[in-house]
Amino acid sequence: MASTIRVRAQAGSTSTEVQALIQHPMDSGFVKDSDGKLIPPHHIETVTFVHGGKTVLTANWGPAVSKDPYIKFSFAGGAKGDELVVTWIDNLGKTDTLTAKLT
Amino acid sequence: MKIRRLLLTALAACLLGGAAPAPASPEADRTAFQAFFKDRFPQTPFADFGNGPYAVNAPMRKQWEEIMQFPPYDFALDEGKTAFETKFANGKSYADCFPSRGIGIRQTFPYFDTKTGEVVTLDLAINRCRVANGEAPLKYQTGMMASITAYMSETSRGKPFAIEIPDDPRARAAFEEGKKFFYSRRGQLNFSCASCHASSSGQRMRGDILAPALGILAAFPIYRSDWGSMGTIDRRFTTCSSQMRAEPLPPQDIRYRNLEYFLSYMSNGVPITGPGTRP
Amino acid sequence: MQTAGPFPNETTRRATLRLLGLLGLAGFAGTAHAASAPGWPEDAFRQKTPDEALKLLYGKSFEASDKITLDVPEIAENGAVVPVAVSSSLPGVTRISILVPENPYALTASYTLAEGTAASVGCRLKMAKTSNVIAIVESGGKLFGTSKEVKVTLGGCGG
Repeated sequence: MASTIRVRAQAGSTSTEVQALIQHPMDSGFVKDSDGKLIPPHHIETVTFVHGGKTVLTANWGPAVSKDPYIKFSFAGGAKGDELVVTWIDNLGKTDTLTAKLT
Repeated sequence: MKIRRLLLTALAACLLGGAAPAPASPEADRTAFQAFFKDRFPQTPFADFGNGPYAVNAPMRKQWEEIMQFPPYDFALDEGKTAFETKFANGKSYADCFPSRGIGIRQTFPYFDTKTGEVVTLDLAINRCRVANGEAPLKYQTGMMASITAYMSETSRGKPFAIEIPDDPRARAAFEEGKKFFYSRRGQLNFSCASCHASSSGQRMRGDILAPALGILAAFPIYRSDWGSMGTIDRRFTTCSSQMRAEPLPPQDIRYRNLEYFLSYMSNGVPITGPGTRP
Repeated sequence: MQTAGPFPNETTRRATLRLLGLLGLAGFAGTAHAASAPGWPEDAFRQKTPDEALKLLYGKSFEASDKITLDVPEIAENGAVVPVAVSSSLPGVTRISILVPENPYALTASYTLAEGTAASVGCRLKMAKTSNVIAIVESGGKLFGTSKEVKVTLGGCGG
């Protein structure tokens, strides 16, 4: 099955810029369906970005992060070909991970 | 010799000077339509009209540019490419149904099919291809149909709309029907498409900026934040109809197809900007 | 998400959201589910006010700072997807959090930065209605913040 995680990680001279897009409903638990029933909350809780064994960023998300969530940040170092491991866990215990290569 | 030159000059002056009104033609309509929007939005480069509200409102554009750093239609695009390249059970594929193997042709849709005497949209053509090859048709409006049209649009990104009206009275009639639909008031709110997308284009309707009708279909299919998912031209036509408190027509209803034909022809020259994102 | 049936449009969807918040039923939405991801600050994410959330997340309050850049639109094109970018020239930034007081839960996201990770994050958030957006930056063990208002209105076409 195709990964839910898309990553663009570009290594510059001193730092690496990372953009990630994750396919996830991010249901807040506040919206009702067509039958008038609350759609239960189903959203990512944590996303970790690991480069060279170091967690460069941990994102803790609540239900107010938009559907198909996006994140952009940058960290020092990184070279073309390095690996960046991105992992998310949601409130239902579901998870996905992707190992991306820096360009 | 001198008299002939004088006559020719007089004739030219007559035609160009417009002493009598020129007979109505789709080309004349298109010129007038595009001139209306160019005048209304003098700061907007012609090629930018495919970007809807973002072409005519700077703060909206900034939000769009942020989202376009990593567009949310990315997943649908991948899904569409994979589906497009997957063979049908009979060994054929979409490429066998379309000119240029289906790549870089979205800007020629919709077209008038002189064999069947009707306007054919890309969505309709996709389903006809499927059925002709023993596959079940896809549901319109969203899902896989939106994903495949997203991929096909992406292969045409930047190519200008090039809609043709063949020299056939039925084609001309379809165009005129689409035009009439665009300018006709309907529903409880008594709005026509033109009420918002021509007369009030660029203005705010509560939180939204009304997109100009010129180029309005160029970005489809779109990931609309309001839907949290992809939607085709059909999806927007039916939901807009409902929101205007007019009867929504079924997807691919001939009236919607004719409207799409009219709007696309009016946008000839505007580059394809799809798939796109919208509020 | 479709909101047809008794909730045919954005107006009633938003009203429902506010009503749920007012009735305190919002908390119900989050009770019956699997254990949270390790390290996820569940209690902080369940607070209604920024003060309560910050107390649980950091145990301290913040002071205003002009060394934080908060990039948000003045008028959101859609409350479901509001682009927010926070960056700061403060030294040694360890965490960045973003709060929206008018949301049912104030805390939207919190980012923990390793040493060497730039004090700059971009994300897309949901805003239930017009509200301030508060960016909190933890630098040298202290909290600094800035806020800007984002107007969220109903879509014009929304029935």
